[in-house]
Order: sequence, then structure tokens, then C-alpha cells
Amino acid sequence: MSFRHWVILLPLIAALISCSAASNDKPGKKHTITIAGSTSVMPFTEKLAEHFMVDHKNFIVDVQGGGSTAGIQAVINNTVELGMSSRPLKNEEKRLNTITICYDGIAVVVHPDNPVGDLDLDRIRQIFSGRISNWRELGWVDRRIDAVSREEGSGTRGAFEDLVMKGNEIDDGTMVQDSNGSVKEVVATDPYAIGYISMGLVDKKVKPVAIAHVSPSIKTIKSGRYKLVRPFLYVTNGELDTKSRRFVDYVLSKEGQQILRNEGLVGFYD
Amino acid sequence: MIDRTVLKEHLVKWVLVAFALSSLLFLFLIFIFILAEGLPLFLKVGLNKIIFGMKWAPTKGHFGIFPMIISSFLVTIGALIIGAPLGLSCAIYLSEYAGKRTRMLLKPAIELLAGIPSVVFGFLGVIYIVPLVRNYLGGSGFSLISTCLVLGVMILPTIISISFDALVSVPRTYREGSAAMGATKWQTIYKVIIPSAKSGILASFILGMGRAIGETMAVIMIAGNALKIPTGILDPLRTLTGNIALELAYATGDHRLGLFSTGVVLMVIIMILNYIANFGIKRKIAK
Repeated sequence: MSFRHWVILLPLIAALISCSAASNDKPGKKHTITIAGSTSVMPFTEKLAEHFMVDHKNFIVDVQGGGSTAGIQAVINNTVELGMSSRPLKNEEKRLNTITICYDGIAVVVHPDNPVGDLDLDRIRQIFSGRISNWRELGWVDRRIDAVSREEGSGTRGAFEDLVMKGNEIDDGTMVQDSNGSVKEVVATDPYAIGYISMGLVDKKVKPVAIAHVSPSIKTIKSGRYKLVRPFLYVTNGELDTKSRRFVDYVLSKEGQQILRNEGLVGFYD
Repeated sequence: MIDRTVLKEHLVKWVLVAFALSSLLFLFLIFIFILAEGLPLFLKVGLNKIIFGMKWAPTKGHFGIFPMIISSFLVTIGALIIGAPLGLSCAIYLSEYAGKRTRMLLKPAIELLAGIPSVVFGFLGVIYIVPLVRNYLGGSGFSLISTCLVLGVMILPTIISISFDALVSVPRTYREGSAAMGATKWQTIYKVIIPSAKSGILASFILGMGRAIGETMAVIMIAGNALKIPTGILDPLRTLTGNIALELAYATGDHRLGLFSTGVVLMVIIMILNYIANFGIKRKIAK
């Protein structure tokens, strides 16, 4: 927790110092860009901001969490320059401008020894809502399915609920882990487990399941065939101002997109 | 000259008093803050719906933590079933049978066991206990039984050291009297020493319970954190502490308040346990 606090506090302190400095020192005037919103997008924006501030010494990018909805609300109230959202805008929010910075695929993963390699969305929904609870129903051994989900409030869980569950509730008997990493760890060690994680984190320890014969990959996401994808958006109220444009341009540049790609996200230059 | 010495003595005394009272102040502040954050939700949603509610979905307005209360008690009792016989036997051996040299070896080892961070216990549990349970008993391995096994070991130091103190403090005359009546060593232990140390031993169990119910890190790693009340020893479960630690990172608004309410319930349970333990110890001293 304390690290998270510092992440929020440090830029604030820096901003304060820079404000006082700016009044005395005209040529070195600092521009502060405040960004708030989705906690799923936040770590990536922080990373981008760090790199951005190295090259642009007179900019300060202040990144805060709060969740997609809070971020969008803050943009509407003009309290921040940019909002971060890991979900598409709702109807009443549609008048805002959105900039898609990248895509994040969600992979449904099983143990590498598991022969089940292809499921459709209906099946996955039934597994996580507890209606299918034995691997035999999916053509494997007579053994309970150990479904693993994420904790309430997590952005990945939110996206999974929107894209897969579609109003059905995740069963209370489902195991819960509090990070992509721990879900992966459970699936990697338990041959009968199934879970979902950010696509960027899939490696040899787990096996991604094809969904209706489409395996998750950068290619299938770009062509639109893989459906478990959520956009990472920046949201603005009206036109971007010049200082925010500098940051957004950086994010969409080859360099910015490469940073996102290194984090396992799907950018525009892949 | 004397005045200054006296003044200095007084100064030192009052500074120490101030520091001593600060711990009370911290306790008080923690209490106030948890209540201030946790109580509003009780007023808004209702005590019944939180404590006896079966459904926890805070982003959808359900704040029931009854399954977690039950789960917390289940792991605690399970830990006690494993830890109490082991701990008590160890304490009896240490106080009655062990020679000076064995005692000198065992005591520090037990203190070391108490000093091992819980995340290490959790890690060992995930690496060894969980696969063992999965392979030999079934289920995913992230289960009630794995959690109880690990917690049972974690509460050993508490049970051993407090029971040991209680056993050692049984007056020498009791043992001599018993021996004079012709009782064997074991007869003396279970007819005389254990009954007279009973309240201290019970207090050690209850303090062990307090440790088990408050344990967080190891439990999150091993318990599986499912929201249902477990129906068997191989089912995953979520404790009160686990719920707070698991969801704190992203919680905002009512969700956050819900976690504080979980904290209030946990605090009340631990206070009751501590009260019972202290009561037990006091009775022993009064005797």
C-alpha cells in the first residue's frame, strides 16, 4: 500500500515544488498533466510517464488511479486533463473524445497437461458460473474443475464479466487470487485448474485455450477474430490541449507503443 | 544538587510514562479509525445484512460476510485441533521430562519458529502442502485442510510457550505430594499438574486461536479464497482477514467501507478471544 501512496504522493509533491518554482523562474516553466482512472491502465501509463518525463524535462505527468468510472467522471468535471478507461464508454459518456492507446487480450488458461484446448464462450461462462463443474463434461477425466477468478474490483475481472459472463454471476465456489501472477501460478501447478489472465503474461507454464477455434495472439486480436479483448482508452473532454497532446503523441509514437508492447499489450505497430 | 537529581528522576519517570501511554493512544486511535470507517456501512446496509448476509459482491451492493466468519472459525478450530495436542505435548515434555540440555536446545528453536514470517509459511504451504493434499486427498489442494495444517504449525510457539509457563509455575510441593502418595510421573502429570495448570493451558489455546484467526498472508496463499462456506475439508474458503487483504488494492467507495466493516467484525472477535484468555490467566493467578 505505502508504495502506491508514494506513487500518488511523489508527483503531487513534485507538482507543488514545481508550482512554487515556476512563479520565480519563467524560462523553466513546468507543465503538469494530470491523468486519473482505471487501475488496469494506470501501471502502463505510469511507465509511459516515466519515460516521457526523461525526454521532456519541463513536463510533469501525474498519474492517479480510482477506476474507469471515477476517471471518466473527473474528465467530465474538468478536474483532470486525461481520463484512463479499460472499458468502452457508456451511452451517456459518448460525447467525450476517446483515444485508444492499445488493446489488452484476456486469455483463458489451463494447465499444459490439460488436453482440453478449445472452448466456446458459452462453455467458459458455464464453467465460471458453476453450471459445468466436472472435466468429464468437457471430454476429459472425471474430476472437478478448479476454476480460478480474480478478486472483486479488479479490472481484469470486470472485463471478464463484461465479455464472458454477460450478466451471469461468477459462482461463489470459484477460487479467487489477487493478481494475474497468482492466477497463473495456481493454473501452472494444478492440472485441473482453469483461469483467465492478461494475454501478455501467458508463457510456457500455462496453456491458452482457443475460443471457438481462435487462439489468442496479437494477430487474431488485430484482425478482430479473438473476442476477449478490451481497449485501453484515454478520455478527454473536447479537444486535447497542447501539453496533453505532447504526451498522447508520445504514447502513440513507435517508442511509446514499444513500451506497451514490452508489457504484453497489443499496440499499433505489431 | 539533590534537587536536580530528584528533578531528573521525575523527568525520566514522566517521559517513560508518556511513552508507555502512547501505546494505549495508538490502540485507541486504531480503534477509532476502524470504527469511523467501518460503522457507516453498518448503519447504511444494516448489521444483519452484513453479519448474516450470505452474499459478498460489494460492487453490486451485497456485503454479506457470514461465510467468511464461519470460514475464519473453521480454520481456527482446525488449526487448534492440529496445534493444541502437538503444542501441549511439547510443553509437557519440556517442563517435566526434558533435561537441561534438551531444554536449552528446544526453547530457542521454538522461539525461532515464532519468528519465521508468515509469508514463508504460506510459500512452503503452496509449494509442499497444497500439492500433497491435491495428489493424495483430491480437490485443488487450496483447501480448509491445507490451511489448518499450516496454521496449526504457526500457532505452535504461542501454545508451547504459554502452556510451558503455566506447567512450570505449578508449585514444587504439588509434585512432591503426589510422589509421596506413590503416584508415578505420568499419573502426577495428568492427575495433578495438568489440572492445576488448566487455566493457563486454556489461555494458551485461546491466544493460539487469536493468532490463527488474525493470520492473513499465509491464509490468502493457501486457502483458495472462494466465497462459499466450505462443505468439506477439501473445499477452498475465504477468511475475514483474507477478504480485506485480497480486495483492498482496488476497492473504492462502499466496497472500501465494506472491507472496513469486515475489519470491525474481526476486531470484535479478537477482542472477545483476548478477553477470555486474560480472564483465564487471571483466574489462575488468583488461585
